[in-house]
Amino acid sequence: MSVRVGVVTFPGSLDDRDAVRAVRIAGGEAVALWHGDDDLKKVDAVILPGGFSYGDYLRCGAIARFAPVMNSIIEGAKTGMPVLGICNGFQILCESHLLPGALIRNDSLHFMCRDQRLRIENTSSVWTSEFSSGQEIVIPLKNGEGGYVADEHTLDVLEAEGRVVARYLEVNPNGSRHDIAGICNERGNVVGLMPHPEHAVESLTGPTTDGIPFFTSVLKSLVSA
Amino acid sequence: MARVVVDVMLKPEILDPQGRAVEGSLRRLGLTGVSEVRQGKQFIIDLEGVVEGARLELLETLAAELLSNPVIEDYKLKVIEDLA
Repeated sequence: MSVRVGVVTFPGSLDDRDAVRAVRIAGGEAVALWHGDDDLKKVDAVILPGGFSYGDYLRCGAIARFAPVMNSIIEGAKTGMPVLGICNGFQILCESHLLPGALIRNDSLHFMCRDQRLRIENTSSVWTSEFSSGQEIVIPLKNGEGGYVADEHTLDVLEAEGRVVARYLEVNPNGSRHDIAGICNERGNVVGLMPHPEHAVESLTGPTTDGIPFFTSVLKSLVSA
Repeated sequence: MARVVVDVMLKPEILDPQGRAVEGSLRRLGLTGVSEVRQGKQFIIDLEGVVEGARLELLETLAAELLSNPVIEDYKLKVIEDLA
C-alpha cells in the first residue's frame, strides 16, 4: 500500500504542484488538500508548501494558521502525524506554535533567490532520516521573510536537543539566528524548512536532486512504522 | 458605536530591518539626532454597541493571537467609546 502524503493549497500557495511532484518522484501517493476543508482525506503525512498564503497579509502565515484545514493538521501533528512546512509552510508552523520562534523580514531587506548550500544536522526527524549526519546539500532558497528568530532560551534548547535540522553554509541569506535553515519539534515529526527541497528533485529543473531524501525519509518512516 | 485601536510593535529585542532602513532614509533627508526608528502596525476596529465583558475579552484574545504574534510582538489595545 502506498503512503498518502497530503499537500495543502491555500489561496496564494505557489509550490503545491512542485511538492506533489516531489512526493510522486519519491514514490508516494500525493493527495491534494484544500485550505477550506478540514477533511485530511486519510493522509499519512502533510506538506504545507511555499508561496504567499493570503497574500502574506497581516504576517506571513498568520491568516493561514486559522484556515479550517489547519485545525485538523494541528491536531494530527500533536499526535505524531508527520508535517513538513516549506518556506511559507514553515512560517505557518511557527504561527501555529507547532514550532517555536518566528520568521521575520530578511536583514538585508532584499528578497533572496539562490542555490543554497546547507548542512543536514539532524537525521532523526521523520523528514531527514535518509540523509547522513553532516551531509551537505544544495537546494534553492527564495524568501523575503526568512530570518529565523527566537529568544536565547529557545535557541539554547533547540541546540541542546539537536533540533536544528539544517543550517546555512557559506552565506547566511536572511540573518537567521545561529544560521538556522530548519528546525523540528521535540518529537521530530514536525519540520519547518526555509529552503525548497521540492525544487531539487529532478536534474532537468533543479540545481541538484538533493531534495529527494526529505520525501523518501517520510515514506520510509511511515512504511516501517 | 465604539472604536478599538490596537498598536502592534516588534519586541525591543527583535531586529527591525524596516525600521533601520527608514532610519537611514531620515538621516539622508537631513534629520539630525536620530537614535532609532521602529516600525509597527495600527489596527482600527469600529464596532456597533459597547465593548465590555466577554466582547472585550475576545478582542484581547484576538489582539494577542491574531493581530500580533506573541513570539516577536507586543500589542496595546485601547477602547474609544462614543464614536460619533
